[in-house]
Amino acid sequence: MFEVSGLSKHFGGVAAVDDVSFSVNEGETFSIMGPNGAGKTTVLNLISRFYDVDEGTVQFGGQDITRVRPHDIARVGIARTFQNIELFERETVLQNLLIAQYIHRQTNIFFDVLFLPRVRRQEVASRKVLEDIIDLLHLQRYREQYIHALPFGVRKLVELARALCLKPKLLLLDEPSSGLNPEETEDLSFWIEDINKELGITILMVEHDMNLIGQVSDRVLVLASGRCIALGTPTEVKDHPDVIAAYLGT
Amino acid sequence: MRFVLKTNYHRDVDLFRDKFQFCWFAVLLVFVLSLPMFTGTYVESQLTLVFLWSIAGAGLMILVGYTGLISLGHAAFLSVGAYTHAILLDLGVPPFVSIPSAMLLCSVLGVVVSIAALRMTGIYLAIATLAFAMIVEKVVKNWSSVTGGNAGFKVAPPEIFGWELNSTAYYYLCLLVLTLVMLGVSNLLRAPTGRAFIAVRDSEISAQATGINLVKTKALAFAVSAALAGLAGTLLAYQWHYLFPDSFSMITSIKLLMLVIIGGLGSMSGVIFGAIFMTLLPDGIATVREWLPDSIGNLPGLEPFSFGLILILFLIFEPRGISGRWQKIRLFFSQFPLYRNRTFRRQKSFLRTERVH
Amino acid sequence: METFFQLLLSGIAQGCVYGLVAIGFVLIYKATEMVNFAQGDIMMLGAFITITLINHLHWNYFLAVVIAIGVMGLFGLALERLLLRRMIGESPFAVLMVTIGIGFVMRSVAGMIWGHNPRSIVTPYTDQSFQFGAVVLPIADVVVIVATVVLCSLTFLFFRYTRFGIAMQATSQNQLAANYVGISVKRVVAASWALAAAIATIAGILLLPLKSAYPEVGLILGIKAFAAAIVGGFGSLPGAMIGGLVIGLAEVFTKFWVDAEVGFSVSETSVYILLLIMLIVRPSGLFASLQKKKV
Repeated sequence: MFEVSGLSKHFGGVAAVDDVSFSVNEGETFSIMGPNGAGKTTVLNLISRFYDVDEGTVQFGGQDITRVRPHDIARVGIARTFQNIELFERETVLQNLLIAQYIHRQTNIFFDVLFLPRVRRQEVASRKVLEDIIDLLHLQRYREQYIHALPFGVRKLVELARALCLKPKLLLLDEPSSGLNPEETEDLSFWIEDINKELGITILMVEHDMNLIGQVSDRVLVLASGRCIALGTPTEVKDHPDVIAAYLGT
Repeated sequence: MRFVLKTNYHRDVDLFRDKFQFCWFAVLLVFVLSLPMFTGTYVESQLTLVFLWSIAGAGLMILVGYTGLISLGHAAFLSVGAYTHAILLDLGVPPFVSIPSAMLLCSVLGVVVSIAALRMTGIYLAIATLAFAMIVEKVVKNWSSVTGGNAGFKVAPPEIFGWELNSTAYYYLCLLVLTLVMLGVSNLLRAPTGRAFIAVRDSEISAQATGINLVKTKALAFAVSAALAGLAGTLLAYQWHYLFPDSFSMITSIKLLMLVIIGGLGSMSGVIFGAIFMTLLPDGIATVREWLPDSIGNLPGLEPFSFGLILILFLIFEPRGISGRWQKIRLFFSQFPLYRNRTFRRQKSFLRTERVH
Repeated sequence: METFFQLLLSGIAQGCVYGLVAIGFVLIYKATEMVNFAQGDIMMLGAFITITLINHLHWNYFLAVVIAIGVMGLFGLALERLLLRRMIGESPFAVLMVTIGIGFVMRSVAGMIWGHNPRSIVTPYTDQSFQFGAVVLPIADVVVIVATVVLCSLTFLFFRYTRFGIAMQATSQNQLAANYVGISVKRVVAASWALAAAIATIAGILLLPLKSAYPEVGLILGIKAFAAAIVGGFGSLPGAMIGGLVIGLAEVFTKFWVDAEVGFSVSETSVYILLLIMLIVRPSGLFASLQKKKV
């Protein structure tokens, strides 16, 4: 359902991502791992179109999204989270989640200024839509709190919730466990499984916590210096000689 | 402490937090409505100015406080609004046509500036708006066949259906317009459009990832902001009777920015606080002058001096402005023994990458 | 042809002053990522101090110049220590507004002390000129250019060969790394402010024989110098100088050629039009690259 082929990106003379190809099946949890600087996050940034792709194509559900504008990625059905959390800091959790309803809005600025009954109906309806996700991630108690007052772990969760509120078919997670303690990481692995199984969302995750990858992913792609060096189930990949070499050095 | 218990979604969407807040605003409105009966024309005209600066400030607040775009040249929109309106009136166009056309022209200009500013962020955008304002100022100054140049341009008195408004009627008109503007902007901010503005302010990157078109949203913010500034300009033209290019200089732009900063960025009530503060400051200084010894009291630069000093003090000690201070005071008393200073701790960013939005 | 050379010279002289003020902008920006909008006003204050020393205290010109530069260097230090250090880590917009506030305060204080009448000084070279064939070259212009060249060379040598200059360069590239290798970032930042203020003062002193000083002189000149810094890429010292020359020449030549033709003052807007075009076409300036946020 999602396919990347021959993806390349250069920064100056350096190839950050070099001829990377892989495909993700519907309903799968697919992980990308690799040492620092392997180009994992760059792959995600290329998919979500923050960077322009130099070479190669990205296909999603039979559609070529290599040149789609960055803000249309969400409409196509791809949502993402960020490594260092990109939330709307000076708003409440609820407002952060409501942003995700923006792409489904039926009103324009003129309706909004007058706050016509249809705007009110839409606002109430959007709040109802969020309820499932707030329930799923146990965010009820944080609902009205401002982001800047929340601990890091909760912020990560809010960001995940915001991505889910976009109702994506494919969810991109950029280092979901970074900055979390072991218990939070444990919780996270259950949530990722829930999201995958219960909501039926395909997950593409960049991660370096091998335990988390082993628990949740169906297949793993290993990148080193921008190139693919191994692809397979977590256990296969763990013992792959090239992977061990990439992590330990040669 | 008053807890707000929301039992249905409508409570969450409502404009006023609860009945208390609604009552407060109603009392305030009645008070402002009855003021002209007790006060003289001077207070009345000062209050009219507060209303007009509030309208312009609301426009700038949308841009700076809610969309995070900086404009150092908002006086240009005031100027375009005021001159367009005055010139159209002079040509015999009724105000009902000329005010909307002035606003429309301003928003078109705003969109042009925003498109020019597409690839710019932060300081660069500020400088672009400054350059734009400088160009507008020079054009107004030099195109004397149309604008009257430095000699000034006389504005026809305000009229509705042939009935000329006296200063009290004009006070009520401005109050009405301000109320409508505040309602409209508050509505905007609780609807998807305003949420998109805020998203762009707080994180452009995740705004994009949630499907917000940055270009369109910024252009929209500029258009709304410029239109409101233009509206304020048209009404200021009536209030001032004469238009001079120097009334819309860079200093005016910076005073408008001071208004929104001192009032409190990201707060619509801050606009009103800021406007009151900026209008009353000259009066306050005049009062203080009388107490000071003559050698200091008679110095001419006391007003810009205080403006600058107060701005610096606010930015260092209370970056959230008057409305932020007001919130803290309220919170302090409502949670009395439990207030923590850290509740409003400022987020600082020390890395270069963190500061580029 | 003679007029051309005269215009060229006065454009370059004007551009040198813009360039020097622009160098101050860039120095502070590189060290602290703060945009100091009061740079022009610092120049104004430096000029006024020089005027006071020469006209009222009747000091020797050169002594007055040295003292004025020293005093303004200390003023830069004080500004950083008292106000701007508190703003480290705040948004660039807040910092910009603080410096705008500082500008307001400085202009009004200067107005209170020195009044609003334009003032100037008598320098050893006032009203003297070279006769160069048919071309008359005012020495004031030549002095500005020579002084700028000397100053730029000194700055270059400072950054290239002195330990502190290299430390400043390192800090501007990466404050954290500079801190780790033992550079005192605070001192570097303070020194940048002092240096910027001193250079602005020199610009003010050089400007004096060309134009007289009044409290608002720094405001407009500051904006033009800012335009110069932008044209030069806002991160490069040679860029700022070249930007200054571009702005100075554009202004002088449009004034002479276009204004006479059109019959109204285009030259006043030419700087802003140039700046706007620059910002639209190449927002990163002639010599620098734009930063993008990392996610």
